[in-house]
Amino acid sequence: MVGEIFPYLFVFERMVFVEKGKKDYSDYAVVMEQIVKKFPGVLANDHVDLFVKRGEIHALVGENGAGKTTLMSQLYGLINPNSGKIYINGVETKIKNPNDAITAKIGMVHQHFMLVDRLSVVENVVLGMEPSRGPFFAIDKARDQIKKLSKRFGLYVEPNAIIEDLPVGSQQRVEIIKVLYRGAEILVLDEPTAVLTPQETEELFKILRTLKSQGKTIIFITHKLHEIMAVTDSVTVMRLGKVTGIVKTSETNSRELARMMVGRDVLLRVEKDKAKVGTEIFKVEDLHVKENRGIEAVKGVNLSVRRGEIVGVAGVAGNGQTELVEAITGLRKVEEGHVIFKKTNITNISPKRRREMGMGHIPEDRLKHGLVTSFPLYYNFILGRHDSPQFCDGSFLKMPEIKRSSEELVKRFDVRPPSIDILGANLSGGNQQKVIIAREFSFNPDFMAVAQPTRGLDIGAIEFIHKTIISMRDKGVGILLVSMELEEIFSLSDRILVMYEGQIMGEVTPDATSTEEIGLMMAGHRLEDLRAQEA
Amino acid sequence: MNAWIQAIINVFINPIFYKSTLNQSTPLIFAALGGVYSETTGVVNIALEGIMLIGAFGGVVGSYFTGNPWYGLAVALLLGVSMAALHAWASIRYSGDQIISGAAIILLAQGITGFSLVELFGKPGSTDLVRSIPLVNLGSFEKTPFFGKIFGSLSPLVYIAFASVIFSWYLIYKTKLGLRMRSVGNNPEAADTLGINVYNIRYFGVLMSGILAACGGAFLSIGELGQFTENMSNGRGFIALAAMIIGNWSPTGAMWAAILFGAASAFNDQLQSQGILHLATNTQYLFGMIPYIITLIVVGGLVGKSRAPSADGIPYIKD
Repeated sequence: MVGEIFPYLFVFERMVFVEKGKKDYSDYAVVMEQIVKKFPGVLANDHVDLFVKRGEIHALVGENGAGKTTLMSQLYGLINPNSGKIYINGVETKIKNPNDAITAKIGMVHQHFMLVDRLSVVENVVLGMEPSRGPFFAIDKARDQIKKLSKRFGLYVEPNAIIEDLPVGSQQRVEIIKVLYRGAEILVLDEPTAVLTPQETEELFKILRTLKSQGKTIIFITHKLHEIMAVTDSVTVMRLGKVTGIVKTSETNSRELARMMVGRDVLLRVEKDKAKVGTEIFKVEDLHVKENRGIEAVKGVNLSVRRGEIVGVAGVAGNGQTELVEAITGLRKVEEGHVIFKKTNITNISPKRRREMGMGHIPEDRLKHGLVTSFPLYYNFILGRHDSPQFCDGSFLKMPEIKRSSEELVKRFDVRPPSIDILGANLSGGNQQKVIIAREFSFNPDFMAVAQPTRGLDIGAIEFIHKTIISMRDKGVGILLVSMELEEIFSLSDRILVMYEGQIMGEVTPDATSTEEIGLMMAGHRLEDLRAQEA
Repeated sequence: MNAWIQAIINVFINPIFYKSTLNQSTPLIFAALGGVYSETTGVVNIALEGIMLIGAFGGVVGSYFTGNPWYGLAVALLLGVSMAALHAWASIRYSGDQIISGAAIILLAQGITGFSLVELFGKPGSTDLVRSIPLVNLGSFEKTPFFGKIFGSLSPLVYIAFASVIFSWYLIYKTKLGLRMRSVGNNPEAADTLGINVYNIRYFGVLMSGILAACGGAFLSIGELGQFTENMSNGRGFIALAAMIIGNWSPTGAMWAAILFGAASAFNDQLQSQGILHLATNTQYLFGMIPYIITLIVVGGLVGKSRAPSADGIPYIKD
């Protein structure tokens, strides 16, 4: 149908239907027509149309704040539209609350799992629709039904396991089973891959394909372009509350999608000049660090960073990267080895001293370690420097100076909304990260440990953050970048180290290696062995 | 020293100690169960202390004006549920701070009972004696050595307390309602997305805590003696909360902890009455601390082992 290529043709098509006095949406599992949703001060959905064919995987994409989740929350009845209509399988359906959505066979897997941690898999799945025997809850019947569902859709989970003991990938499978148990034919997945490792993501895609082959319709919210290309059939792109594109996946490419999302061309590879490398500023020698359970997580790592270069550490999550960064920044005890910064041994000195010496840190968990979410931005901007003479006269905080410098940072780093009074918790992920980066770079560090700087962020924010990191490099800051995103490592790093089970598998430069080679090192092959095989 | 050992042995071989343990535990079991209901659904209820107090007072008032102690129990339950409803209304409907609301209810209960005591009975301190709930006599069983003295004649409320524990265990762990209570107490948002009415379930939990704590209060006043004295609950509501925590928010756990506290306080009473110790009056106050010292030791030893429902004490605000 031509309408799938251009949105305005849909409008035309609909007008034709209206004239004939009937709308034939019977091929579509979901049609959302001219949806308007206003929040105080924001038009979250501005006459949005969504057309999802039965039995397809449909991507709903857009930057954070584009209105995707809002739209889906209306489909699931969590909030109600100000105007607009919803058709399910061609029939106009009023969805006032989640119960209506469940009746209409719609199921939603939320971005933050809606699971009760202390309860078992079975209890979570059947909650609200429990099979019973007399006055009692028949847990054995529930267990049988879950086993059947697991088998049919290839979703393996242990029914008696307690949710909090399961890894995220399994928890997500529980969410999907929960939705299927309620008889869902239409599944909405809100950024399902944001919390998954690459392997878990692959596993999820396999599940999605199985679901599709059994006739389920899937709406997949994401902002990762390669995922859209990998698994979906068609795409609706949203930007600033409006639909900016409806395309078939087979007839588009990443670049075009990115343009529709951001409204302009995006540099998928960051442009950067050759690094002007200076003297060595930071190194670790034979570093050994234990993780929380007392098992050694970093096993003898050596690395060095010079002024004006970015050293990337690649690897699958959980191979000691977190512990390495924590040891470098003073958050975790070093068991053995040395950390040397500006020719001084700083192995076990406090994080505060390290900061005073000029070490910055962008932590991987921005909510836990990066911000005080209940503080307004102006306090978040001075965290760690609250007692410096610039902001404190010894006893009292210099509020006018704090606010003035915060205003400046908000402008310089393009934090939105541009208010220093907003609480950290009320910013989007991208803007929270901008605040942290602004703070860390504002005190002119000489060395910076950057962990997962763009995890879960949208393309616009990623681009901004990448540019900022490059510009700091060009000012002579030495940067250690730890990231699980191989693309990020490739586009930013001047040198790449690959970490596997607490050890460095090898060092390469981005122009003298391939994704394949890095992938093999991430799986535990040493560079020298690989090169020896080649030769 | 020998006198002390002898005195302690005397306590333990005397059936009265065990009977007293049952009697002392009963109000704690009721109130602790009440706490379990409320907190399982996610509402912290320190109002138990106040609900017990008003329950104790209601029991005497009902019995005094109707001459029937069972009507007394009914009045106790009615007043208890009303107080709980007030707590529920403030903390569920208006998302108020549950500690503040609970504290307010304790003070309110003290005010109402203190004031009404003088208004209705004409004197402060305590009421007239009223008819208490008749004890269950087991007839000839009472003549059985040792056990006859323990179980021969107990208040029916003692049996009801233990029956409530079993009932509650099944309700919370084996029924749909119980599963929903636990889900609402741990992750109300998840329950909400599955179409469970979080507010109704929480109301149920808090109102049940009102019924149970009022039962405990009524036992204090019309369970045996048939009299209300000012501030009769005397911290038992808080001990019950401790029992609930030590019992890890489960009905059976709370029961065992309540029995432990009951035994401690029975032990204290029985030890004091041992003539061979020649205790001075002021040392009796030291003995009175035994249950509380046990609380501290047990709670201290249990740190980290006992876990409250994840959403306990956090109002659920639907956006």
